[in-house]
Amino acid sequence: MANFTVEDALRSRWSASAKPRAVRTFAVLGIVLAVAALGLGYLASSAPGAGYWLAVLGTALAGVAAMTCLGAAFVIQFSRLVGTWLFRLAFLIFVGGLVGIALLAWVPALLYEQVDAAVADHYGAGATGVLTVADLEAVGWALPTDSIEVRRQGAVGWAPPTDSIDGRGKAVVGSAHPTASFLAYALWPLQFRLTRDILALVGVVGFVSLLAMFTIWWERKVAGRMQSRLGPMRVGGWHGWAQSMADGIKLLQKEDIYLEGADRPLFKLAPYIAFMPALALFLALPFSAAWICRDLDIGLLFILALAGIGVLGVIVAGWASNNKWSLLGAMREACQMISYEIPLGFALLVPVMTTGTLRLTAIGELQAGGFHTWLAFQSPFTLAAAVLFFTATLAACKRAPFDLPEAESELVAGVYTEYSGFRWSLFFFAEYAEMFAVGALAAILFFGAWYSPLPANWGAAWLHGPLWQRALYGILFNGPLWLIFKGFFFLFVQIWLRWTLPRIRLDQVMYACVQVMLPLSMLVLLGATFWALLVPHGSMLAVVANLACTALGVGAVLAIIGIVFYGYSNRRQLVGTLAIEHWPGS
Amino acid sequence: MEDKVVHGQPDLLTDFDRQRVAADDLRTEELLINMGPQHPSTHGVLRLMLRTDGELVLEAIPHIGYLHRCAEKIGENVTPVQFVPYTDRLDYLAGMNNNHGYSLAIEKLCGLEVPERARYIRVLMCELNRIASHLVSFGCYGLDMGAFTPFLYAFREREYILDLFEATCGQRLTYNYLSIGGVTQDLPGGFADKLAHFLDYFEPKIDEYNNLLSYNYIFVKRTAGVGVVSAADALAYGLTGPCLRASGVKWDLRRCVPYEIYDRFEFDIPIGIAGGAIGVPREVVVGDSWSRYFVRMQEMKQSVRILRQALQQLPAGEFRAKVPAALKVPAGEVYLEVEGARGQLGYLIVGDGKKTPRRVKIRGPSFCNLSIATHVCRRVLIADVAAILGSIDVVMGEVDR
Repeated sequence: MANFTVEDALRSRWSASAKPRAVRTFAVLGIVLAVAALGLGYLASSAPGAGYWLAVLGTALAGVAAMTCLGAAFVIQFSRLVGTWLFRLAFLIFVGGLVGIALLAWVPALLYEQVDAAVADHYGAGATGVLTVADLEAVGWALPTDSIEVRRQGAVGWAPPTDSIDGRGKAVVGSAHPTASFLAYALWPLQFRLTRDILALVGVVGFVSLLAMFTIWWERKVAGRMQSRLGPMRVGGWHGWAQSMADGIKLLQKEDIYLEGADRPLFKLAPYIAFMPALALFLALPFSAAWICRDLDIGLLFILALAGIGVLGVIVAGWASNNKWSLLGAMREACQMISYEIPLGFALLVPVMTTGTLRLTAIGELQAGGFHTWLAFQSPFTLAAAVLFFTATLAACKRAPFDLPEAESELVAGVYTEYSGFRWSLFFFAEYAEMFAVGALAAILFFGAWYSPLPANWGAAWLHGPLWQRALYGILFNGPLWLIFKGFFFLFVQIWLRWTLPRIRLDQVMYACVQVMLPLSMLVLLGATFWALLVPHGSMLAVVANLACTALGVGAVLAIIGIVFYGYSNRRQLVGTLAIEHWPGS
Repeated sequence: MEDKVVHGQPDLLTDFDRQRVAADDLRTEELLINMGPQHPSTHGVLRLMLRTDGELVLEAIPHIGYLHRCAEKIGENVTPVQFVPYTDRLDYLAGMNNNHGYSLAIEKLCGLEVPERARYIRVLMCELNRIASHLVSFGCYGLDMGAFTPFLYAFREREYILDLFEATCGQRLTYNYLSIGGVTQDLPGGFADKLAHFLDYFEPKIDEYNNLLSYNYIFVKRTAGVGVVSAADALAYGLTGPCLRASGVKWDLRRCVPYEIYDRFEFDIPIGIAGGAIGVPREVVVGDSWSRYFVRMQEMKQSVRILRQALQQLPAGEFRAKVPAALKVPAGEVYLEVEGARGQLGYLIVGDGKKTPRRVKIRGPSFCNLSIATHVCRRVLIADVAAILGSIDVVMGEVDR
């Protein structure tokens, strides 16, 4: 089994008679559904009126069902081919997915903007309404050579033939350009909130899945390098990049085991209670000011509340397993969470109080002016709050040195002892998703959110330029890539700590929380309050504190970079000659 | 009787009822947990019955015998030369030391004279194996404390020692190398160079591991003051080896009752020192888990010292005495102890003039060391049980024999 590949796992086995029957059924069903979807879509797009929303809903449902059926028929018919090529192209899919998710940050925002502009054009600014495909054709799309502003000026790109002018002064198109027609059909659904939400959900689920798979592989590689070994090297070829995929497929195939006497409904439910909140908190987590599913005005509270619900899943899992080790793990989890949520909350109150809002996009927007405007560097108290927050999140994510609920050398596997297969993997998806989420939260609240260390106004001129300038602006100054980068940085710190530190004992965890972190976080909150009251913005003290904290933060980052560079360039001396040279006689 | 009113409701409970309800509400039960035989930190197939009050362990009762392989009975049914490979399986992390004790006992009983070179080779092998065994102990102890990385470092260094063993006798775990009358074959060419290379590489690494794990704040907090064994208790329970020395008793057979050629080497006996001394954290108490762990770290340094001296003095000559093909165990009785990696490993051999001994009795140091576990694991946390067991460092092959 040493050379077991993704290819092997994907190779399906269909009996000779079952295969054509399945293909035929799915194909016929798919074609019927596709015809229905086309018909309904035509109705919906051409004639707003009675039964309009029914037609829209029908189109969406029939379309999705048709695609699923046709896809199933294709996969079954060409299962071997699909398996092989999926394996061969998996690396492209993997990387493409990561890049694609990063691109998702701009492309839909761009498209939404154009559709919204078209609606505003049609109905007048501020008004809302539904456009038909014909309306959209009339707009005359000229993507992606210029932006909507440029097109409005009529400077470049293809403009619609202005046959005649309608009553509202809009161009009425006799025969649309084929490209415009196609774009109009493609963009038509984007004017609906529902469509945008579905796209956002797909993006979130895709991001979280890829994130968890990538992080698990990454953690194993980092751990390997720290321990003078290689980590996964086999599956997929290049540095075992497909290890997580193979593990996932393996876990899916495993038997779903229940213990005799376990509380079955709760046992089955627990992984979902743990996983769903971890997924759902991404709905309120802004990747940039524009790219967020729901920009809640209580976003921070929402995320905290969801993270709190996730804990319930772990406790339920420990209780329902009918295993004493699991129960002990659940008890540890419960007391650890209840304790650490308090200093966590106090640490979070500092940025909330400083900025005066719970809306995450608003907190992020305040930090646009380069790294010295990041919240952590505003005063000694905000810096202390950032450190406290990060420490408390380690405990909240059950990461070392606070990994007591699953302490493998004490409680076997703690709450996860009795879980296997898919349910077990759900816990891990939740854990890694939450790890990234708290890292991203730390970035948003304290470390400049989605802004690069450069002041965003340096690139303000590019904001309204052509597409490439806007993309460059996103890369250099402000964009989801920066948030993802910062989230991964904090993820790396968590991984680093895990493979360096021993585990703390339960009483020490409680001591560290109640006797150290709780008073400290209270003091920090008090100090931040008085700082906000007594030190006016722009005063000498504020400026000096800002500079000192900035210097400290920059120094810490430079020190980390220096350590990494030193370690890498002296790795031969550090590991020792024996580890590198071939040992004669071995 | 006047009715009491609680929250506007008449209180119908009598005082007796109230007490009973309170007692039922507050009633807690002790939890019986089976730690092992399959458990990550019981180092094999040790089974502990833990009687706990939540996380607090009230009592830990070891149940042993899951790895019983009739070693002593086999010893009565095979010839001494045939039994040497079985001794490898006792303390399977320090096979050379086991071979050594048995060979010495048989040689003493049979009156065999071992050549000088063989004696040096034996010391080389035993000290190398002591380092290898302590490395496993160090690595696994880190693992018990939740630090994964030192484990891999320990195994990396151990790998070089195992490579040396493989070059010498072809085996990496069960060697059958130190046999009756000497060793089975001479050292391979270039062994001295390789060993010197390894020692130069390894000695500074010990300080590195001390910085990495021994003085780590969390590690010290987890182990210092946990599972304290007083010197009197250690002696009363028959603790030997690092566990005894950590309690402050300066007793090492290599120095106190020198066997083989250990009287020719200079080395110190590290013992447990109270916190505050140089190189000892403030929290440390003599006889605690940290002391037991740290004595092993220091012993590795002393073993390196012995190895350097032995390598320098290594004479040429025969590697094995002439042993009769049909060796008869003469009538008589011999009891001989050597300082194994885990303590005093003793062999009692009774012969009656036949090819096989009449009785073989083995004193496994892990067996005696484990006996302190019940005494120490009282009113500690579950995490401390792992800390205490790891610091006692038992090998179940030797406990169950």
